[in-house]
Amino acid sequence: MFGKLSLSSIPFDQPIVMWTLAGVVIMGAFVLGAVTYYRKWTYLWKEWFTTVDHKRIGIMYIILALVMLLRGFADAIMMRGQQAMAAAGAQGYLPPHHFDQIFSAHGTIMIFFMAMPFVVGLMNMIVPLQIGARDVAYPFLNSLSFWLTACGVVLIMLSLFIGDFSATGWLAYPPLSELKFSPTVGVDYYIWALQLAGLGTTLSGINFVVTILRMRTPGMALMKMPVFTWTALVTNILIVAAFPALTVALALLGADRYLGMHFFTNDLGGNAMMYINLIWIWGHPEVYILMVPCFGVYSEIISTFSGKPLFGYKSMVYATVAIGVMSFLVWLHHFFTMGSGANVNAFFGIATMIISIPTGVKVFNWLFTMYRGRIRFTVPVLWTIGFMVTFVIGGMTGVLLAVPGADFVLHNSLFLIAHFHNMIIGGVVFGCLAALNFWFPKAMGFKLEERWGKWSFWCWLVGFYVAFVPLYMLGLMGATRRMQHYDNPAWQPYFVVAFIGAAIIFAGIGFTLLQIVVSIRNREANRDLTGDPWGGRTLEWATSSPPPFYNFAVLPKGEELDQFWHDKEAGVAYRQPAKYEDIHMPRNTGVGVFMGAFGVLLGFGLIWHIWWLAILGLVGMIGSFLTRAYDRDVDYYVPAAEVEKIERARMVPLNGLIDRVDVAASEQRVA
Amino acid sequence: MNSSVITADGIAVHEEHHDDSSKTLLGFWIYLMSDCLIFSALFATFAVLSHAYAGGPTGKDIFDLKYVLGETMLLLVSSFTFGMAMLNMHADKRNKLLGWMVITFLFGAAFVGMEIHEFVGLIHEGAGPDRSAFLSAYFFLVGTHGLHVTCGLIWMGVMMHMVHRYGLDGIVKRRLSCLSLFWHFLDVIWICVFTFVYLHGVL
Amino acid sequence: MSNAHEQHAASGGQHGSLKSYMVGFGLSIALTLLSFGCVMAGLVPHHLIMPALMVFCIAQVLVQLGFFLHMGIAPEQRENLMVMVCALIFIGIVVVGSLWVLHNMNAYMMPGMSHGG
Repeated sequence: MFGKLSLSSIPFDQPIVMWTLAGVVIMGAFVLGAVTYYRKWTYLWKEWFTTVDHKRIGIMYIILALVMLLRGFADAIMMRGQQAMAAAGAQGYLPPHHFDQIFSAHGTIMIFFMAMPFVVGLMNMIVPLQIGARDVAYPFLNSLSFWLTACGVVLIMLSLFIGDFSATGWLAYPPLSELKFSPTVGVDYYIWALQLAGLGTTLSGINFVVTILRMRTPGMALMKMPVFTWTALVTNILIVAAFPALTVALALLGADRYLGMHFFTNDLGGNAMMYINLIWIWGHPEVYILMVPCFGVYSEIISTFSGKPLFGYKSMVYATVAIGVMSFLVWLHHFFTMGSGANVNAFFGIATMIISIPTGVKVFNWLFTMYRGRIRFTVPVLWTIGFMVTFVIGGMTGVLLAVPGADFVLHNSLFLIAHFHNMIIGGVVFGCLAALNFWFPKAMGFKLEERWGKWSFWCWLVGFYVAFVPLYMLGLMGATRRMQHYDNPAWQPYFVVAFIGAAIIFAGIGFTLLQIVVSIRNREANRDLTGDPWGGRTLEWATSSPPPFYNFAVLPKGEELDQFWHDKEAGVAYRQPAKYEDIHMPRNTGVGVFMGAFGVLLGFGLIWHIWWLAILGLVGMIGSFLTRAYDRDVDYYVPAAEVEKIERARMVPLNGLIDRVDVAASEQRVA
Repeated sequence: MNSSVITADGIAVHEEHHDDSSKTLLGFWIYLMSDCLIFSALFATFAVLSHAYAGGPTGKDIFDLKYVLGETMLLLVSSFTFGMAMLNMHADKRNKLLGWMVITFLFGAAFVGMEIHEFVGLIHEGAGPDRSAFLSAYFFLVGTHGLHVTCGLIWMGVMMHMVHRYGLDGIVKRRLSCLSLFWHFLDVIWICVFTFVYLHGVL
Repeated sequence: MSNAHEQHAASGGQHGSLKSYMVGFGLSIALTLLSFGCVMAGLVPHHLIMPALMVFCIAQVLVQLGFFLHMGIAPEQRENLMVMVCALIFIGIVVVGSLWVLHNMNAYMMPGMSHGG
């Protein structure tokens, strides 16, 4: 009846897990109680859960990402704590199986459920606004993508309290992840959470490619698109092209575990290296799926706050496309030590080094944009400068690792761990937090407090170096990754310093949360009435903050690079049309939520071998989808009168400001 | 790609609605390409494991080419009959469209039936997917194609009901066009399957 | 949703004619029979079988793309064509790359460890 599931699947014997469970239950009860007390369920359901508005879906993605950042960071600091203690025979406080689950969960969560939702959320929030569109190409699929991602998150979180999680590292290499060596449900949680979330990601990739190719405002040629939109286009092409490899790798591993097949087993002809090959065909582009949109973020920020157009727009676009293509030609550098011949290793090593050229082009573009600019050192700019320094250091250690000979020494050492955290924290996390500060007023209608943002930045920056420079050193001393304990007492001081670094980063996360809370409390003082709080350049700043649900009452023109800046200079920004027209919009739908919920049942049933539940989930998903297919009432027209009312209300505070904005813009140009 | 930009400027108002159908088809085409990448990864896996017999049967021992030729013909004919269905859709001949769809459905179902029969036979002979890596790869690749055909059949059933219920309006036509792409695409995949799995397998 | 527009769009692309479907169908049948004939009836010398199969396979894929899926170089299909070319590049990288990497690794395995077993 319940497959492998029984009461003993709940780890009552593990106090850490049980205390966490108690905490989650109390917090959850508190949140649910508060929603009930303030009678917000209907509001949440109608305005948020069932929404197909790309802006709200974007906000939900980012909230999800911030929550998962806390979960992933909790894992990180537990690992650092363990390794600071477990030297020279000491065992620390985490038994091996628990420690293994923690580092697996940390990697899985940070990549799939923190970084991915964050960048997908940013693209949701900003891309349609930047191209002057009213929504994405397929609004319902967008909602479905979000709920499938959320479904993956639910499964991952369930693994904490029911059964266990994968203890095989974030990529679950076979043969360790095969049934013979990982008989518990941990790897199954991993497989199904990633498959369901991956389906959502693929759908959102298709959605955004079509959105960018087909829904640009009249006149916006590809080479007039804002850089962030360009990076989003390349990212989504990479998603569509790379995720199939992940799907196949996980499906074949699943076939081994569930159907007794022999793709990656040690016996009967299986070849584990094929898994590693497939997963990195996805895995390396994935790194760029996370990184490339952040390049776009930095480009937008640096040109806005330098008061100059981006230096070398075209070279930036070409570099982005080149990075996108090259990212498919370097996957083997993750397994130089697998045992391929010198010619294979040389090819992939050289390809890896070549990829640093377009990346270098980008860094110079940002520097030249700043050169002779009138730079305003706001929080987003601090993150960007912090990124440039950190990222270049990380890039250089990456080129070191790209030398196959050197990689034989450094493979799976802490040097590698330090390198990729250098790229992902310095590149992706800094980029996401920069974007959070930069576009927060657009999403919410008020700015974030500068002060706590600066505290957060400095803690993250200092904390990063304190945490990871010791790891570089340890790597060179021979320390490998994923050690539950180690014998060499000389390493311990470095691990203690790294722990202190993690604690400083913790403060950085705390300050970001504090910044958000304080800003919400002081929102009246920080209101953005113009829709253009920073002196923006691209079309997302042309509409109000937050934008009306239809984004633009009249589709803006898109004939120039930095169209909005151009309009401000020409004095034609904020011009209202003589007459408004009806606007065609999609209706909200709860089908995405239901499909996500049935997805959880499907995943849970498969993980625990509760076949009736899995069938129920699958039938439920298909059934919900069919109800959507038979629903003919999926869109409506907003009457022109309503649009006019909303636009007039927006213009009231603007009227006094417009002249000043235009003057400010022309002053800045003169300067 | 540039062409859409040029037209977008000139007939922007027109574009807004008319986009719906071609936009969906573009998105569906991108999905198909993504699916194609799934198959290409499976083909690569099959190629890597194609000699990993582990002492079990080889392709020569288990593949019956006459049977496969039969399957191929069924799928090929179904592709053609679906083409006939689409011609009738464009000519707004609803009953003829439904007739051709029923024929297509039967051919598709017969293909799936033959494949299931083949799989069951192999498993009974002791040549199931758990016998060797080669057989795992074979069952998974061919089975994934079969699963796609099955999904196509379910979709076709739904579409027949929709044609019956709503007639040939824009939404139904758009979806039929997607299904048509899907069905022909599966035929293209099958060409690679019979060439690289079956024919190459018995050499 | 204005149906008139949609219908126009749906029929705006090239959707073939009875004749093109017949030609495509005939060619596909012929190429299929040739492929099976090569192996079953030995139509070509043994060492040419694989090259012949490849040629027939590619030819038939092209036939189906052209006559059934209506791919072409007309302006309205350029986007689809570009998407396909892009996908073919990625497919090439994935398939050729994987085979090269794995074959190379197998070649360097110590005797007795080969996965070919």
